[in-house]
Amino acid sequence: MPKDLEVAAEASFADFRLSVELALSLQGITALFGPSGSGKSTLLRIIAGLEQGRAARVVFDGALWADSREKTFLPAHRRPVGYLFQDARLFAHLNVAGNLRFADKRSRDRHPSITWEEVVAALDLEPLLDRRVQGLSGGERQRVALGRTLLARPSLLLLDEPLSALDLGRKADILPYLEAAPRRFGIPALYVSHAVEEVAQIADSVVVLADGRVQGIGPVAEVLERLDLQAVTGRFEAGSLLEAQVVGHDQPLHLTRLQLGAQGLTMPMLKALRPGERVRLRVRSRDVALATEEPRGLSIRNVLAGQVVSIESEPETAFAEVLVALADSDQRLRARITRASVADLGLAPGRAVFALMKSVTFDRRAVTRRL
Amino acid sequence: MPDLGPLWLTLQLAAVTTVILLLLGTPLAWWLSRTRARIKPLVEALTALPLVLPPTVMGFYLLVLMNPGTWIGGFWLEVTGDTLTFSFAGLVVASLFYSLPFMVQPLQSSFEALGPGPLEAAASLRASPINAFFTVVVPLSARGFLTACVMTFAHTIGEFGVVLMVGGNIPGETRVISIAIYEQVETLRYQEAHILSAGLLLFSFVVLVLVYAVNRRRPGHA
Repeated sequence: MPKDLEVAAEASFADFRLSVELALSLQGITALFGPSGSGKSTLLRIIAGLEQGRAARVVFDGALWADSREKTFLPAHRRPVGYLFQDARLFAHLNVAGNLRFADKRSRDRHPSITWEEVVAALDLEPLLDRRVQGLSGGERQRVALGRTLLARPSLLLLDEPLSALDLGRKADILPYLEAAPRRFGIPALYVSHAVEEVAQIADSVVVLADGRVQGIGPVAEVLERLDLQAVTGRFEAGSLLEAQVVGHDQPLHLTRLQLGAQGLTMPMLKALRPGERVRLRVRSRDVALATEEPRGLSIRNVLAGQVVSIESEPETAFAEVLVALADSDQRLRARITRASVADLGLAPGRAVFALMKSVTFDRRAVTRRL
Repeated sequence: MPDLGPLWLTLQLAAVTTVILLLLGTPLAWWLSRTRARIKPLVEALTALPLVLPPTVMGFYLLVLMNPGTWIGGFWLEVTGDTLTFSFAGLVVASLFYSLPFMVQPLQSSFEALGPGPLEAAASLRASPINAFFTVVVPLSARGFLTACVMTFAHTIGEFGVVLMVGGNIPGETRVISIAIYEQVETLRYQEAHILSAGLLLFSFVVLVLVYAVNRRRPGHA
């Protein structure tokens, strides 16, 4: 069930001004994405009630949490939010179980569907329960903090760059938990991040913030392929997200077969994927080539038919971005090719094309499972 | 055998002062550690005044303030039937002022070192500010509380100038150890002065060693 969140906030800082007005229908994970210093965390803190005295109005699920004009302010401890801090903020005087109990006993009556056992099992916390928090690794700390936050039985999860203090390996360890928790426990989440890879991997929808303002908002695949947001989402890493279904594995050739609409795709075998499972593929625009005829005699195995939607030339460079609507599906793919190729191939909106991608484009990190 | 009366009186005075200052100093230290009010430096300076002021100056003003002719002294006399000056109650009041910085400053720096982090975390886990103070701030500041109490207690035991001005030298009422030692030296009873002085020295040293030892064994606690 989607929960409505309305936020309006104004705040001045030394180097920028936050001016935001948002009405979101929250379901699953909504990313608040933008570069550092764009006001994301401040916005999250305003929603949580940690920024008293700022000009803001917050309404969640019909309840007024703050309205600076009416001098209404619901203190942080009375708002049903769970806040996962960048630095975990576990209580040093309690062990892991003590930290969990701190949240558990203060909210036990609120949301009976979330139980201690369930949270401990979902986050694999059992072996950590008797540990002192000082001895935990960064990844373990965030896992415990996430468990503690869930045991506060919130109606809204606020995740404030929970991965930013971790190294790559630890990030990969904790990301699946972050991704699964909101769905498993039925709590919508706002996820603040400045890493487009994280957003692409776990978010359902995204709000793009830059210079203290909302630049774009919508489903993650749609927003990340918007050319006008590239200054924020990053040109080099720009790409598209494709949703596909696992068909099966080809053991001898070591490939996994996927289906996207009526069209097939292959990728290096990922044994963990099961037939029928839905996955999300991240394809960088620079890894996509275009052809006007179905190519033959080519080593590239992934060829998707489609139609050119739009072409955006990048002045001062050799390149152009071509947006392609894939046949038999509502999904879109973005290709970055040279402007010379656009002219040679006579590409124009409406033109039928074939998008070519090497199988290796889809490595382990480009694929995420969908529930 | 020397008269142990001054010893008990001193311990009593230090204990009462420490307990009362713990109750008064904790909210003051908390306020100082959080506030952005413009009068904060003013309050901080007032709190620190006893550190730099000659005890006789403090004692003199307290004596003036507490004498039965003033409204404070008069009020006390009316309510209790006893004067505030030259009494145990007067000593306690004077000690509260004199030892205030020794309670407030360690607590304040301990609270400041904590930062807003743990409190914000507690609030996001449904703990009210009062509840968060007792379940998070107090245990995380245990070291600060221990230091503050021990410093206050020890400092009150060593008090001399203010006591002499406000309390005089009344056996069983205001004759604390430091006064007793002073008197013994004045009357050339060095033997007795030695016993009390050495006892005080030993006591102070043992207490400090214990404090440092406890602090060392609990790393990770701010």
